[in-house]
Amino acid sequence: MNQNVRQALHGLSASFLLFLLLVLSRPVLAVSSEDLKPLLTKSSWAQLERVVTSLTEEGSESSQQILEHWLNGKLFIEKKQKRLVFAEKTPDKQYRIFDPFFAEGESKGEPLELGTVKKRALKKVRINNQLRSAIKTALASWDLKASDPETRISAIYASLKTLDSKTLSTLRNMRASEEDQAVINALDIALALDLFQQGSISEQIEAVEVLTGSDNPFIRSVLANTLAGTENPALAQTITTALAEIDQRQQYYTVAENVFFGLSLGSVLLLSSIGLAITFGVMGVINMAHGEMMMLGAYTTFVIQSVFPELIDQSLFIAIPLAFLVAGAAGVLIERLVIRHLYGRPLETLLATFGISLILQQAVRTIFSPLNQEVATPAWMSGSWVINEALSLTWNRLYTVGFSLLVFMVLLFVMRYTRFGLNIRAVTQNRAMASSMGIPTGRVDALTFGLGSGIAGVAGVALSQLTNVGPNLGQNYIIDSFMVVVFGGVGNLWGTLVAAMGLGVVNKFLEPWAGAVVAKILVLVFIILFIQKRPRGLFALKGRAVEG
Amino acid sequence: MQHKSLRFSYAPKYGMPSVISYKGQTNRKILRKALFSRFAVTVTDHGTPLAIPCSGNEQRTINSGEAMKNRLCKLSRSFLSASVATAALSLSVMSQAADTIKVGVLHSLSGTMAISETTLKDTVLMMVEEQNKKGGVLGKQLEAVVVDPASDWPLFAEKARELLVKKDVDVIFGGWTSVSRKSVLPVVEELNGLMFYPVQYEGEESSKNVFYTGAAPNQQAIPAVDYLMSEEGGAVKRFVLAGTDYVYPRTTNKILESYLKSKGVKEADILINYTPFGHSDWQTIVSDIKKFGNAGKKTAVISTINGDANVPFYKELGNQGVSAEDIPVIAFSVGEEELSGIDTTPLVGHLAAWNYFMSAESETNDEFIETWQSFIKDEERVSNDPMEATYIGFNMWVEAVEKAGTTDIDAVRSAMYGITVPNLTGGTAVMNTNHHLTKPVLIGEIQDDGQFEIVWETKGGVIGDAWTDFLPESSKIVADWSAPVKCGNYNLTTGVCSGQNY
Repeated sequence: MNQNVRQALHGLSASFLLFLLLVLSRPVLAVSSEDLKPLLTKSSWAQLERVVTSLTEEGSESSQQILEHWLNGKLFIEKKQKRLVFAEKTPDKQYRIFDPFFAEGESKGEPLELGTVKKRALKKVRINNQLRSAIKTALASWDLKASDPETRISAIYASLKTLDSKTLSTLRNMRASEEDQAVINALDIALALDLFQQGSISEQIEAVEVLTGSDNPFIRSVLANTLAGTENPALAQTITTALAEIDQRQQYYTVAENVFFGLSLGSVLLLSSIGLAITFGVMGVINMAHGEMMMLGAYTTFVIQSVFPELIDQSLFIAIPLAFLVAGAAGVLIERLVIRHLYGRPLETLLATFGISLILQQAVRTIFSPLNQEVATPAWMSGSWVINEALSLTWNRLYTVGFSLLVFMVLLFVMRYTRFGLNIRAVTQNRAMASSMGIPTGRVDALTFGLGSGIAGVAGVALSQLTNVGPNLGQNYIIDSFMVVVFGGVGNLWGTLVAAMGLGVVNKFLEPWAGAVVAKILVLVFIILFIQKRPRGLFALKGRAVEG
Repeated sequence: MQHKSLRFSYAPKYGMPSVISYKGQTNRKILRKALFSRFAVTVTDHGTPLAIPCSGNEQRTINSGEAMKNRLCKLSRSFLSASVATAALSLSVMSQAADTIKVGVLHSLSGTMAISETTLKDTVLMMVEEQNKKGGVLGKQLEAVVVDPASDWPLFAEKARELLVKKDVDVIFGGWTSVSRKSVLPVVEELNGLMFYPVQYEGEESSKNVFYTGAAPNQQAIPAVDYLMSEEGGAVKRFVLAGTDYVYPRTTNKILESYLKSKGVKEADILINYTPFGHSDWQTIVSDIKKFGNAGKKTAVISTINGDANVPFYKELGNQGVSAEDIPVIAFSVGEEELSGIDTTPLVGHLAAWNYFMSAESETNDEFIETWQSFIKDEERVSNDPMEATYIGFNMWVEAVEKAGTTDIDAVRSAMYGITVPNLTGGTAVMNTNHHLTKPVLIGEIQDDGQFEIVWETKGGVIGDAWTDFLPESSKIVADWSAPVKCGNYNLTTGVCSGQNY
């Protein structure tokens, strides 16, 4: 037992300690039960915070485990025995509980399992945001020793706000033995920050040079605050230059970020409109039920996840082909039963497909429920790709951008290099001629419509990761889809791509400046004006096909 | 019988005619056409309801007597001429009206607000069932009349009229968004109806015909800011006010902005942002919030984002690595119901301010949750604040009717003032003469099981203030429906009651 624990235990007599040792069958506890007592009773937030402090000071592996579980909401009180346990939820809504204490020495081992209990038998140990940040800071002291360099770096940055002498000496020792270059850089910044906050003017000026290289927002705010308070002209001059440099870099990042946001919005537009580019653009069917095809795709994902709850990570790969088939089949059915009879009558087609969209929505409402359904995000799509302290891109958006481009490429390939694509182009360009060449135009129509709908279904799978899956999902995207196809030029896939990405980026550059609502309005106004000038869109088809 | 008009009213989004009413002389051809359709037909004579429509798709009623009436109704539809039907039906209505008291339920069961409002419909149905088990009110059974305004604001007014004129209900429980309430207001005022509105709202209103059982801004928004600015709440210095672009967030944020300024927060430390309904692309806004919060002062987001737009918002916060310890989000429209069914791991630690949380420890709450879960036949089903508001409102109405000895609107209204019923958090709710409640304010932190941990609460109840003290033009106005003021917007400086201007 180390000195700290003994201090914390000053209230306990030595004899009682001995008694404890004898009674407990398990080996000596590294964490004293007296320290943890506030966890078991109804105690104030301040008392709980003292527990965090004493656990941190104690510093053993057990304490780390307890803090970690506490932070993650896995630290419970077993009501009957009045003891602390770690609990993990099992799939059948029970809880497996573990003993949080293990002997010093066997510290690397798994905690001892105590059995399975119902939820009612447990009560969670309370936590609030202040405690959470206290625990996170506390855990950083353990993370400094972690083997993974990434963890060490984030631990160093986490300790910036509370640089005390103890942390600093740990950091200096680390600096001496550290080999990983990225970690060394982070350490240098942390030590320079200390120098900047504590040192003399000349040391401060020296430190600023190191700090200039950092994109950490906390460091920027420290610099800015010092600038406001300093009276030394040389120091003020250095800091001003440093801030200008940091802000310059920030601006580049902001632009990069906005481009990314724009591309990601563009990729959503592309996904939702590319199916429509086939059904409306190539075939000329005003398909109001297009949004509902996306909805079908999204619900397919939901069904897959409910049928295979253990395959969340793989669910999207199963859902993509299935959504294509489901929405594609629905498309073929709609074409054969309804649209076939209405070719050449755009107004009737519009009304009929609008009716179909209402029927599909109501069907989903009846079968599932009018409420939104939860579609889980696979672990590999959560979080973000941290490029540096100031710039990080979210994975779900990155994958969506890639996926939309992939779908676009595949579609382009099908249209250009396959027999099916050739047939589609032949039928849409000159139906009579194609028919007389022996192409079954009816079947090609059905399959083309199926292809467009199927791709909408695939888009639905992607949308299920970005937005709510509910009966209204399709309606939210149908206007945007038509907007993109019309703007890009009817019947031109490349036009759709350029229009989607262009509108996405423009929208995102307008948004910080004009707000989400006004940005959208401005984009719509722009398109209306543009269509006035060029009725056939960005990339109009030329030649005889246009007249047909 | 001079007016000839056949009125079709549509629920436009869904393209279905919901009610066809016929005024004036019989035009057999039109009427027959309507009769063959599956929709309800009402024959009225100079606006006086003579018949209760047959139950069609849209109107669901919860009473066995209704089935009989329906059969009668359909029978008369097919065989009798319109005039005979009128006579027969009006007779049947009279005999029906004698033994039940009708409770109208005006909550969206479809469309974007269905996620929140269906629960309240079920709550009223449960309360009606429970009350009937206890013997009803004034010795009569209660009968719930449910209509679906389909998240379509103008339709709320039509459906309210339908409830009051055709269904002849004695009280309406309904509304969620402020626009829906605003659209119902002129109708209940014109027809002297009685409505209980169970959702937190922006205040600046006190109608003679509406009782507001949800929180006024001083019972939710203001205490929430106080909490954030306190040491316990993290001593927040910078505020982002993010909301959906409609009347509740706009007014609330206006009040909050002036409140924050009165507390010494500078203009530069307040960022206001509005998004459309159902917004799903939160990248830019979350990134802006992150940058705003990186300026070195403790920052918090006050969210009046409504409906399902919240889910992608919190997801984006999680994905961009904004955690609750760095920048907490305090929401006024996110409760247990909205969180049920979504993965709350990225939300843990974010806050909500309400007058009730399911996790509140009291016996009435345990009892309420048990009744609710057995009524809805789902042991996982959660309860939330607007449900408590409905619970309080319903119990108050029952007590007021018992006290008044009649369901007459004016008598019940005067009986309402000062009525107390237990709330679910272990205290008592009082109805004040400004039509608002006295209730406690709680702050809860979201947990990973979708429940809230109560981290802070006001010492006692807070009296709902219809007109906020933090807007210069409103601070002069008071609402008091008792004598001698008898006005919902009495101006203290001019001594004028401006009447219809809510």
